[in-house]
Formats: sequence, structure tokens, C-alpha cells
Amino acid sequence: MKDLRHHFETPLRTTAFHDRVAAANVLNEWAPWAGYTTATVLEDAETEYTAIRNTASLYDLCPMIKYRITGPDAVDYLNRLTLRDVARLPVDAVHYTAWCDDHGKLLDDGTLFRLGEAEFLLCCQERHLPWLADSTLGFDVAIRDATDEIAGLSLQGPCTAAVLTEAGFDVSALKPFRIARYPFKGGTLTISRTGFTGDLGYELWIEPGLALPLWDRLMEAGGYCGIRPVGSAALNLARIEAGFITTNADFVPADQAVREDRVRSPYEMALDWMIDFGKGHFNGRRALLKEHDTQSSEWAFVALDIEGNVAADHAILYDGRDREIGQVTSAAWSPVTKSSIALAHMRRPYDTRAKGGIWAEIYALRELHYVKLMMKAEIVARPFFAPPRRRATPPGRF
Amino acid sequence: MQSFDAIVIGGGTNGMACAARLTKGGKRVLVLDAADRPGGAAVGGDPASGALQMPLAHLLMMLDPRVHAGMDLDQHGFSYAATDLTTTALSATGDHLVLEGPAGASVSGSLSDADRAAWATLRKRLLTYAEALVPFRALTPPRIARKAGNDMLGLAKIGLGLRRLGREEFREFLRLFLINVADFLEDDLTDDRLRGVLAFDAVLGSWLGPRSPNSLLVYLNRLAGEAAGTRAALALPKGGMGTVADAMARSTAASGVTLQSGARVERILIEDDRATGVVLTSGETYRAPTIVSAAGPKQTLLDLVGARHLDTGFVRRTRNIRSRGGAAKLHLALTARPDFRGADLATRLMIAPDINTVENAFNATKYGEVPERPVMEIVIPTAHEGTGTDDPHLLSAIVQFAPHDPRDGLDKARKQMLANTLNVLEDHAPGIGGLISERELLMPQDIEARYGMAGGNWHHGELSVEQMLFLRPFADVAQYSTPIAGLWLASAGSHPGGGISGAAGWNAAERILSGVAA
Ligand SMILES: Cc1cc2nc3c(=O)[nH]c(=O)nc-3n(C[C@H](O)[C@H](O)[C@H](O)COP(=O)(O)OP(=O)(O)OC[C@H]3O[C@@H](n4cnc5c(N)ncnc54)[C@H](O)[C@@H]3O)c2cc1C
Repeated sequence: MKDLRHHFETPLRTTAFHDRVAAANVLNEWAPWAGYTTATVLEDAETEYTAIRNTASLYDLCPMIKYRITGPDAVDYLNRLTLRDVARLPVDAVHYTAWCDDHGKLLDDGTLFRLGEAEFLLCCQERHLPWLADSTLGFDVAIRDATDEIAGLSLQGPCTAAVLTEAGFDVSALKPFRIARYPFKGGTLTISRTGFTGDLGYELWIEPGLALPLWDRLMEAGGYCGIRPVGSAALNLARIEAGFITTNADFVPADQAVREDRVRSPYEMALDWMIDFGKGHFNGRRALLKEHDTQSSEWAFVALDIEGNVAADHAILYDGRDREIGQVTSAAWSPVTKSSIALAHMRRPYDTRAKGGIWAEIYALRELHYVKLMMKAEIVARPFFAPPRRRATPPGRF
Repeated sequence: MQSFDAIVIGGGTNGMACAARLTKGGKRVLVLDAADRPGGAAVGGDPASGALQMPLAHLLMMLDPRVHAGMDLDQHGFSYAATDLTTTALSATGDHLVLEGPAGASVSGSLSDADRAAWATLRKRLLTYAEALVPFRALTPPRIARKAGNDMLGLAKIGLGLRRLGREEFREFLRLFLINVADFLEDDLTDDRLRGVLAFDAVLGSWLGPRSPNSLLVYLNRLAGEAAGTRAALALPKGGMGTVADAMARSTAASGVTLQSGARVERILIEDDRATGVVLTSGETYRAPTIVSAAGPKQTLLDLVGARHLDTGFVRRTRNIRSRGGAAKLHLALTARPDFRGADLATRLMIAPDINTVENAFNATKYGEVPERPVMEIVIPTAHEGTGTDDPHLLSAIVQFAPHDPRDGLDKARKQMLANTLNVLEDHAPGIGGLISERELLMPQDIEARYGMAGGNWHHGELSVEQMLFLRPFADVAQYSTPIAGLWLASAGSHPGGGISGAAGWNAAERILSGVAA
């Protein structure tokens, strides 16, 4: 057991893939993520993005928080904790879910992996051990932070099924949100058909000791299509196109928010489709039922198509030119749709009735000076980009 | 099967008061109590059994006048053996101080004129502040939120009462609200015996020492009680405390309440997020649209409802209800009359020689230890019923402080606590040890096991500034309602707290009858 007293000597830790990522990181651009270093850009963000959308990309997922939840009451426990009905999640499948505090305000969203009848892995952005542990009272379950125990690698792009096959892992039968296991160098490689890019892609889970050989195997197998390690900048662009939200970018977790009006309910983040009122009690159920019955949601979460080509990061939104109605949380110039796209909080009912039209107040930095742009915006369907290949089984060979 | 509008879990004084009030409001009520006889901590021994069965509570000082009158207790066998009991601050040398009248209106014994005058002033101030608290006791605590539907008229009246204190006095009131009782007493008084008993009275039933912050507040709360129509008086029912329990039981039965003893509720039935009934340990099920729990809030929410039906944050707040018990209970059967160096046995006998002895007794519990010199409040119920000198006597004492988490285990601690208590008793009543024919010492853990009070705490959850009024037992459930529709709380763990009183039960019933949804 490592001596935890020395944690402060290493304020940021490195991941199981660090040696390979560092070698590829010619720009030496790093950022902290949940206590680990993560590469923002390795060589060129656009090229990396192009790999995600056109060939194959590798992204180091190790810092993602992972909780292992086991025990006879694991299903009941997770049903009380999260919004969706976990009893309906089959073994070796994954679902995207979220969880709330007592007031029905979001604490986080994440992916729940059912690895066995009574064995789950919950992956998310923020740390929640005290909340998860306090939620165990009355349930026969054990919770463990397994972040360190599992190395995660995201392999995303149209060629990824082909790359995996080339590497010796036949994933042709693996459907979206399903899990399969493969022997790898004396260990077990777990592959889920999941990802954060809205495209064909897989997430690979391996014991840390086998992380580097796995990386090398994939890089070799993907050589034919120009597989490329990518940083978080490229991934972020892809996820905005896919319309996915990021905790602390698109909403502030209720247990971290200081300002009363920053917290959001699932209704206010367009996650209400997850809520299963019929499954019995779950955290925030009474508050959410009341919100539903009284139609008291104050915010809506919308996707916007904005005129011009300047990313509308953190733009304030207006009805007409003067009534403030919302805030952009994530924005980008989207190469694949050739438009300026954004995700935004919009005060209800302006999401359906902005009489003067929706305007985004964008500040474009041009040679040290901000230039204020008022750009017309339009609510559009989310995701912005959803190619059919992301769902095709067997996946096409590219 | 008979059908009921409401089921009350727990037939303590609060459970019965609640049932009585609900019945007055036209409800058909079933009370289920785990013990052999209803009354909770007020249940007295069966006189016929001859065994050492004594009630946990030994003095009456909080009985709610609404309960007393509303349940017609006088028609059901209740009367006083003593009203306005005198307190004797025992001295190991026989130099006792005798406090007569409510809250020591007059003091006899060797006390300096300066202390006499100072005490008269302090006492008046304490009673004025206590009086300002009285109206709160009969009220559902307000909810600190917008559009909360509070009883604004009732609150306005109380606000007016506080204003009437005047600006200076109100400021002083606010200062004293959070002060520790030792500072308060040491500012003006010099006599150790007087300071000792007052300090003890302030921390009686609390997990606080006299130097702990907020230790005066609980005393003010107690002074806001009444007995036999006199504010801050202490009384003893004729026939012992058990007659309060018996009179209440007869009254509830007479009003048509069905009362079932030996019925321990194992869980509350919850269907479609509504409380719809209860299941007993025997497996029997009873159903009613309204379920009121007059068992403590911790037990009710964590054990009877269960965390699965509650939100994680709510469960956290429930678990965090502070509920440590520091009071042990000593019961002795004596072969003859003890002699406390001439003290009148028909008074409340206090062994709390000075503030620091009380504080040191509390200090020990912080380390899981038994105090060397415990402090105590002694009542000799037999002395009030005309027993002769050579007749056997019973002695009841609340002994503080017992460790809530004994370092060397419960059995060792109990033994040690008994030994230390008897040593202190022997110093004040030489020869008493030789008179003991039967003895029993209940540690807080024993009290929890026997009566179901969380931690053995006097109030089913510490009565302290952060767990009072709209924070009692915590903000989410301070209006007697719970997040589970149809489920209500009514024990001493709810406002206004404990004591043989019935106030919490009565308040809860009024809230239920007011038609507010739970
Ligand atoms: C050592 C000690 C001495 C005290 N001395 C005094 C005193 O002298 N004067 C005074 O006024 N106060 C005294 N108190 C405080 C007083 O006893 C309590 O505050 C008071 O009894 C609270 O009344 P209650 O009705 O809320 O609860 P209780 O009197 O505790 O009654 C609760 C009832 O619920 C029943 N119950 C619990 N769980 C279940 C279940 N699951 N199913 C069915 N029934 C259940 C129990 O059997 C019990 O009958 C003392 C307390 C202690 C600890």
C-alpha cells in the first residue's frame, strides 16, 4: 500500500498511458483532470479532430472517475441513487444516466456499466464517494473508488472497428452500449461500444500493467489508416457536435454550486427522459414529481445554430436585443456541420417563445480588442451530428 | 377488522396525548405500544409485584396544561402528592441550602445577603425570559422559507411578547440564549452550593457541561414548564409518576382510543410513496391513512421507514441528529429511612456541590470514562406518601454524567458508575449503603434498550440551540410532517422536546387536524 501521507508531493499524478501520451505530446500541453495530467493538444487540434471524425483516434480516459459497486442490493441501491431503472439494464450492457440530490438537482451524469448480476461500474466526471457511501445505509452493497485500478482508453472514429479487428479483437457483433471481453497478454481486455464523440467508437478497459502493450498494439494495428492520439481539445469539439454535456461545463453539480440559481434539474438539462417515476423511490423523486406536476422548471437546455463563424463561448442570449434569456455553456465552430453551434441554458418559456428572436452576444478577440457581435441564433435539434455509422452492426469497414 | 383513521406508534405520554387530541378531532385512533403497559418513561412499577420497578421519570414539571385539561386527567385518577416541591442543595457537612417555591423563590440556610439579593435578581430575569418562551411550546414551529404557510398570527403574538421585554432586556435575552450557564452564574453569585444546583439543573438531561456553550437555554426551557398551574414548579403525583401514565391510559381508553400494549412496530408500510399502515414484530398488519410515530425520529425514519424510501441527504440529516445520553438512573430499595444529615426527605435532594464538580463529571464522559464524583438529583417517592421512619423506602436518582461510549465496555462502566454513585451517596447520607436491599443502575444504553430513546437521550434527540424550534429534530421535519405522505412525527424528538409533557404529541395532532398535508 502506498504511503498516502506523501500525496502532496505529487499534486498531479500521471496515468497508465502517460509514457506514450507524453512521447506523442510534442507541444507539451497538459492540463489537470481529476488529479491527473491530461493532454489538451498533442500536435495539432484540427488534425486530431480530423482523426476522430475520419479515421481512428486514441484518447487516454484514465482520469475518469470510476466506482465499483457490488453486492446483493446493487440494483436496488443504484435504483435509489440514479434516475433510470437499473433493473432494465442487462448484464454486459451500459446506460447513460444521471443522479440528483434531495431537491432533484443534478449532482452528475455518467455511464453505468453492468458487469455482472450484482456488479457495476459507474463512470463520471466528479468525485462522489461521500455521497455514494452515505447512500449505502440500508443496502447490502460495497462501494470502491476503482479509478486507479482500471486503465481506460477511448478509441473513436469510423475505422475503429477495423482497427480492433486488425489488433485481434473481433468486435463485429458488438452492438452499441454492449460489453465484450477478450484475452490480452494473460489479462482480460473489456471493450464497450461507447464513447463521447457521437460516432462509431469503443472504450477499452484494462488492468494498468497492460496499458502500454495495449496502446502499442492499437497504434500498430491502426497504422494503415493513420490512427492518432488526441487531446481533450479535439475531443471536446467532437462531443459538442454530438450534443453531449460535460459536468462543470454545461451545468454545475448541486453539491458544488454556491449560487442558488446555478443548480439544474434533469428537466432543465433535457435529461428528463431518464426519469423513471414507476421504479420506486429514488433520490430527488418527490422534488422531481412536484416539478413535473407543477411545471415549475425554470430553465431549458437547448442546442443553437448561430450565424457567423465565431464560436459563441459563454455568450449571453437575448430575446430581441435587450431581454436576457440565457447563457451559452459550450460552443464551437463545427467543421463537420460547417456552422457555429452551441449548447445553452435558456430561461423558460423563451425556449419556445422568444418573440424578438434569439440573439447571441459574442465577444470576438481581434488583436487585443474584443469586438462585440450580436448574432442571430436558432434552436435546432440535438445532436448536431449523428452519422448512421455510429449505430450500424456490424460496423462498416472503412 | 376494525378500521382506524390513524395509527399512533408508541404509547408514551406523547403518543397518548396525540391520540387523545386526534380523537377529540373526530378520528378513530389505534395506539400501538411496545411495552407491557402504556406510558413510556412515566410507567411506574406494579405495586403488587413488590419488585424494584420504578419509573424512569421521577418528577413532573413539564406537563402541558392543554393535555392535563384536555384529557381530563383529574377525572381519571390523577392528583398531586406534592406541588411546588422544595429543593435541598445537600452539603456533605450538613450545611444544606434549601430553595423553596418555584425555581427557588426563597432560600433558607447560610447564604450571604449579597448572594440572596443577586439570586433574586437573576431568578426574576430567568423567569421573565422563560415566560417569553412559553407560547412557542404550543405552536408548530414556523418554516423558514418563502410562502411556507406559517401561522403568522400566532407568531406575531409571540413577537409582540418578546418586544414587551423592552430593548435592554431583549438584548440581554439574546445574549443569554447562547451563553454557558457557568459564566452566567459566576458573574453574580459566589455561593458554591447555589451555583452547583443551578448549574446541574441547567444541564439535567443534556449532553452538555455547565461550561459548554448554550447550556443556559435548556434551563430556560425547563423553567417555561409548569406543574399544578405554577410556572417553573416541580411536582410529584399521588401514587408516584406511574399514575400519570395510568391516568392518561384510562383517559384515552375512555375517549374511545384503542390501545394495544406489547405491540412493537417493526416497520411502516409504504405504498406508492404513502404511509399506509404498520407491521408488528409479531407479523400483524394494521392499516390507516394517517400514521403518527411517537417513537423517536431516528428510530422512526431509519428503522421503521428505512433509508430506501428517503433521499440520501435527508438520511444524512437524520443520522446526524445529536442524541447522546448522559443521564443514568439509580433505583434503590432501602430497608429504612436514610439520613442525609438532617435534610427533609420530602424535598428534591441535590448533590452538586459546585460548578466544577458538575463540569468534571461531564468531562469524564468525553473520554469514555465514568466520573469519580457524579452529581445527582434524588427523589424519595416514599417520603411523600406518609411512610414511617422504620418502613422501607425507595430512592430514585438521576445521576450525571454516564459515558455514552464507555471505553472499557458497558458492563464495567455500569459497575463503576454504581460504585462511584454509592460512594458519593454515602458521603452525604452516612450508613445508606447498609440500608440497600435492592439496587438497579440504568446506563443510557440500558435506557435506550428499555424505552427506545435514541442514545438514551432525555429528549429523544438533544434539545440544544441547533436542534430547537424550526430545527427540531431538523429543518425538513420540524412541522411534524415527513417527506412520506401520511406519516407524522410526534415524540419528544419533535418540538418542543421532552419531559413528561405530551406537548409534542398534542401539537402534532393539532397540525394533523389542521388539514395540512404530510
Ligand atoms: C434518565 C431520565 C430521567 C428522566 N426524568 C424525567 C423526569 O423526572 N421528569 C420529566 O418530565 N422527564 C424526565 N425525563 C424525560 C422524559 O422521560 C422523556 O422526555 C419523555 O418520556 C418523552 O416522552 P415520549 O412520549 O415522547 O417518549 P417515551 O416516554 O420514551 O415513550 C415512547 C414510547 O414508545 C414506545 N415505542 C418505542 N418504539 C416503539 C415501536 N417500535 N413500536 C411500538 N412502540 C414503541 C415505547 O415503548 C414507549 O412507550 C427523563 C429522561 C431520562 C432519560
